[in-house]
Amino acid sequence: MNNYLLIPSLPLAAFLINILLGRDFLKEKAHWTSILAVAGSWVVAVMTLVDVYGGGRVNEDLYTWISSGGFKVSVGFLIDPLTAVMLIVVTTCATLIHIYAVGYMHGDKGYYRFFAYLSLFTFCMLMLVMANNFLQLYFGWEGVGLCSYFLIGFWFDKKSAADAGKKAFIVNRFGDFGFGLGVIMIFLTFGTLDYTPVFGQVGGFALNTVNFLGYDVHLMTLIALLLFCGSIGKSAQMPLHVWLPDAMEGPTPVSALIHAATMVTAGVFLVARCNPIFSLSETALIVVALIGAITSLFAATIAIVQNDIKRIIAYSTLSHLGLMFLACGVGAYAAGIFHLYTHAFFKALLFLAAGSVIHAVHTNDIQKMGGLRKYMPVTYAVFFLAALSAGGVPGFAGFFSKDEIIWLAYASHSPVGKFVWIIGTIVAFFTPFYSFRLIFLTFHGKFRGTHEEEHHLHESPKVMTIPLMLLAIGAVAAGWVGIPHLLGGGANFAEFLKPVVGHPEAHGTHAEEWAVMGISVLIGFAGIGLAALFYLYRPELPVRVGQMFSGIYKVLYNKYYVDELYSFIIVRPTIWIAKNILIGITDARIIEAIVNGVPNAIGVFSQGLRRIQTGFLQHYATIMAAGVLIIVALMLLR
Amino acid sequence: MMEQVIMNNLGFPILSALIFLPVVGAALILFVNRSQESVIKWFSLVISIMTFILSIPLFTNFDKTTHLMQFVERYDWIPTWNITYYLGLDGISVLFVLLSTLITILCVLISWNAIKTKTKEFYISILIMEGAMIGVFCSLDFFLFYLFWEAMLIPMYLLIGVWGGPNRIYAAVKFFLYTLIGSVLMLVGIIVLYFYAGNTFDILELMTKTYPYNMQIWLFWAFFAAFAVKVPMFPVHTWLPDAHTEAPTAGSVILAAVLIKMGAYGFLRFSLPLFPEASRAMTPIMLLLSVTAIIYGAVICLAQTDLKRLIAYSSVSHMGFVTLGIFAMNAQGMEGGILQMLNHGVVTGALFLSVGIIYDRTHTREIADYGGVASVMPVYATAFMIFTLASIGLPATNGFIGEFLIILGGFKASQLSGVLAATGIIIGAGYMLWLYQRVFFMETNQKVLGLKDMDAREVITLLPMVVLIFWIGIYPNTFLGFMHESVRHLLERVNTGNVHEIVTAKNIIGFIK
Repeated sequence: MNNYLLIPSLPLAAFLINILLGRDFLKEKAHWTSILAVAGSWVVAVMTLVDVYGGGRVNEDLYTWISSGGFKVSVGFLIDPLTAVMLIVVTTCATLIHIYAVGYMHGDKGYYRFFAYLSLFTFCMLMLVMANNFLQLYFGWEGVGLCSYFLIGFWFDKKSAADAGKKAFIVNRFGDFGFGLGVIMIFLTFGTLDYTPVFGQVGGFALNTVNFLGYDVHLMTLIALLLFCGSIGKSAQMPLHVWLPDAMEGPTPVSALIHAATMVTAGVFLVARCNPIFSLSETALIVVALIGAITSLFAATIAIVQNDIKRIIAYSTLSHLGLMFLACGVGAYAAGIFHLYTHAFFKALLFLAAGSVIHAVHTNDIQKMGGLRKYMPVTYAVFFLAALSAGGVPGFAGFFSKDEIIWLAYASHSPVGKFVWIIGTIVAFFTPFYSFRLIFLTFHGKFRGTHEEEHHLHESPKVMTIPLMLLAIGAVAAGWVGIPHLLGGGANFAEFLKPVVGHPEAHGTHAEEWAVMGISVLIGFAGIGLAALFYLYRPELPVRVGQMFSGIYKVLYNKYYVDELYSFIIVRPTIWIAKNILIGITDARIIEAIVNGVPNAIGVFSQGLRRIQTGFLQHYATIMAAGVLIIVALMLLR
Repeated sequence: MMEQVIMNNLGFPILSALIFLPVVGAALILFVNRSQESVIKWFSLVISIMTFILSIPLFTNFDKTTHLMQFVERYDWIPTWNITYYLGLDGISVLFVLLSTLITILCVLISWNAIKTKTKEFYISILIMEGAMIGVFCSLDFFLFYLFWEAMLIPMYLLIGVWGGPNRIYAAVKFFLYTLIGSVLMLVGIIVLYFYAGNTFDILELMTKTYPYNMQIWLFWAFFAAFAVKVPMFPVHTWLPDAHTEAPTAGSVILAAVLIKMGAYGFLRFSLPLFPEASRAMTPIMLLLSVTAIIYGAVICLAQTDLKRLIAYSSVSHMGFVTLGIFAMNAQGMEGGILQMLNHGVVTGALFLSVGIIYDRTHTREIADYGGVASVMPVYATAFMIFTLASIGLPATNGFIGEFLIILGGFKASQLSGVLAATGIIIGAGYMLWLYQRVFFMETNQKVLGLKDMDAREVITLLPMVVLIFWIGIYPNTFLGFMHESVRHLLERVNTGNVHEIVTAKNIIGFIK
């Protein structure tokens, strides 16, 4: 495993080459550097996985990054099963999406810039998952956030894109505020930021409390929740989910790579990586489970009424990320990572297929599509497979991971286990419903655009469809590495991760396990059925339902008005205060008044003194006499 | 008693050379005919580059294993009053001399085409400024220090007042009065110290003595007046936005990069080691003022409509981090604070240079007059993005290292300070990215259509800053290494001092008599 450093270095080199030489020299050939680099990383990542499977591990420092007083942190790398899985997810998706982007971004004036950013992103993401300490993790974390900002706002002349990029960055900073403090608490507690000594020592602090801002709190709960703030931001969980739907302003390959398959899952990775800390705090786990469950349901309900093809998939991503947190929250970290892994394939596929659709129809509005399966058979086929996988249809990748989460939620010790199981099962209805609503409205029925537009409909070029087909293989088969014992499999995925994240005890009989699985599968088919009824056979029905519940419909369509709320309680008051209080009053009226006031006062005072100096001798004499009188009087009175 | 120092052994008096080479250069410009502008410019450039090259041994030959003063030169000057010509550097000051010599080159380059009137006087002012700044950082004699400290005011006053914007006279006078009033109080403090310690201006000797507790408190505030204005700390910051806005680009750059560092340097060099007990006692107030500056300066940026004013207020916020780090009184905070002084010099200096580059083309500072600049000037947009990211403390840039160490140290000293300071980072991202968006993104404004991207001179001006940003961000130990010993020594002094003796005012006056 001596060559593991190549994994992040190759994309970094590609970034530097493209950003420095892309504009003037490489131009429309810029993709070659990036693709070769990421493909190289993929090859090394596969070799690394094989080594790790054979028991190989890496944990070594490259050089000391910061050293100050007793604080020392290095740039260093840790490779264990969890890292190995993430490396495969990241490099596989990244490679296919890089190739797809050659077709999708063809002819864009920022072509070289796009590939430079993709390479930078890949580098940062790899640094994030390969870090052996919290500060380097933070480096990767902020780095991927930066690339996300660049790529969401890639078409920066559009105000909405520029706004969305900025929003993503700033909302994430709210989460990172907590994450940063968590890192500081870890250093102050353990005296180091390296994973191995920190996780090795946590047991000794299991019962410690600490005074935080005047409150005595359980130390591990505090650290876990502070770290989780970062996860909430990066993985767009409530209440910091608002940036992800807007992030769809970015080019579709970006949505697939960053906002579905890799970056947004970093929050889940963080929780899984820090499982020794989270496992010591029941409170923190409950919070993780509840936030995940609520976000999952919340996002799914929004997804069913949206019309923007990418936003529907974005809300679906929120929902699936929620499920991953739900899993971590009940202690089933391996199940969370398993879902992260299958989700990466089917969700990247959904996005890329959607991109293929947008490439053809030049709109994001599914109400203006319809009947596309005739024109785009490959896209239709892969979209269908991805939706089956996302909807948890037995045999497909998404089924195995989702089923494991739902079962382990049901069977867990967690006080909220049954509650989140119910929510997870409800979500299992919504997911296939909105996925198939999307498919039926997009690919079935008649085309609802103009004749002119219909004339231009076409299947995407091979450079786009081949990555789609390869991802489709993943969306179907990726889950087969984790077939549960119940279905005769070996649950190999969880076994592989066991040394890192442990294995939760499931309390339940085989009968219960069959029942839990059966319910969620049935409910999933019900979702597909209802979507078919609504959007294939009785298209007037959804309209009627919408009218019947127009209040609810409006709330869902407007995403529960969360954006409006934040604007009203955070953004506008802050700017108002800055303008009217800080500039208008404190700076201008108070500080300036004092500063300008002192010289003025001196001026007034000396004006007064000047008036005393009248030049008339008798005035001076009178004042002197008065003075003498006062002094004499004072002396006598003593 | 002579304190232990390491005399200069480079074979030439490096510090004197650094101070007087620019001054001599300025004097020589006097003899050039004012119509020969390009001679003046090239000569100034050569002098500033020579000074920079001359300062490189400070970087390469500095002994990082000791806290003692190095490169020391000492000569009697006015023996009657025990005034000496006494220069030396330690790990706290050395980096700022290097920063000054670098910044001066960039200031000459950035003014190349921007300054069209009284060119001769302009470059004379810049070079004299350089000599005075270096003098401030090197002085180990209070009298000499005060001389350089006040000498800086004059060229800066001229830079703002002569080559500034429409409201320059108001800004220049405001800058002058603010700093002068602060300095005068410090002068009183220096005189009190002189008599109390037995007629000496020797800073190192003064540091070996202990002072009664209440006297420390009074002197702390006297020095505070001078340093707080310079930093500037809340609430004496209002001169800065005016001065920055009106100053020519080179003036803003010197002001941001070096001049306002003098305040923080003053705390480190004088307030903390001379008045350790008072400094400790005043820590809560200092932390409060620092955190207020961080948040106040950041929030106020959100409502700015003027490019330079926004960056000026962001300086208030960033310097709040510096003072927070210093008064955290632990290794991480203090080293972070010193590093952040350097970072702020690099980043805010670079931002002002960048604003100057576009101002030369458009002659407007209104943010609303821009938009879509990234489409017209991609190289410039890239450079500005790097500076923006460093300003908001992105990891792998220098800003992150400084801010992280400061928040870590601040949190150690007072959890609430650390937490509140961290909110400044959220707001910082808000105003900087919003600024970037309004200037560089969105539809191209008519007023920036057809602007030419940076030329070679401008690229060369910004390049050193880009290099420093990533160097410090990726391998900060080069720079932190300079500080370790000096900071450790300073903290030892601050944290072990234990004087409760009280002295009456009468006694102090008695010493003076």
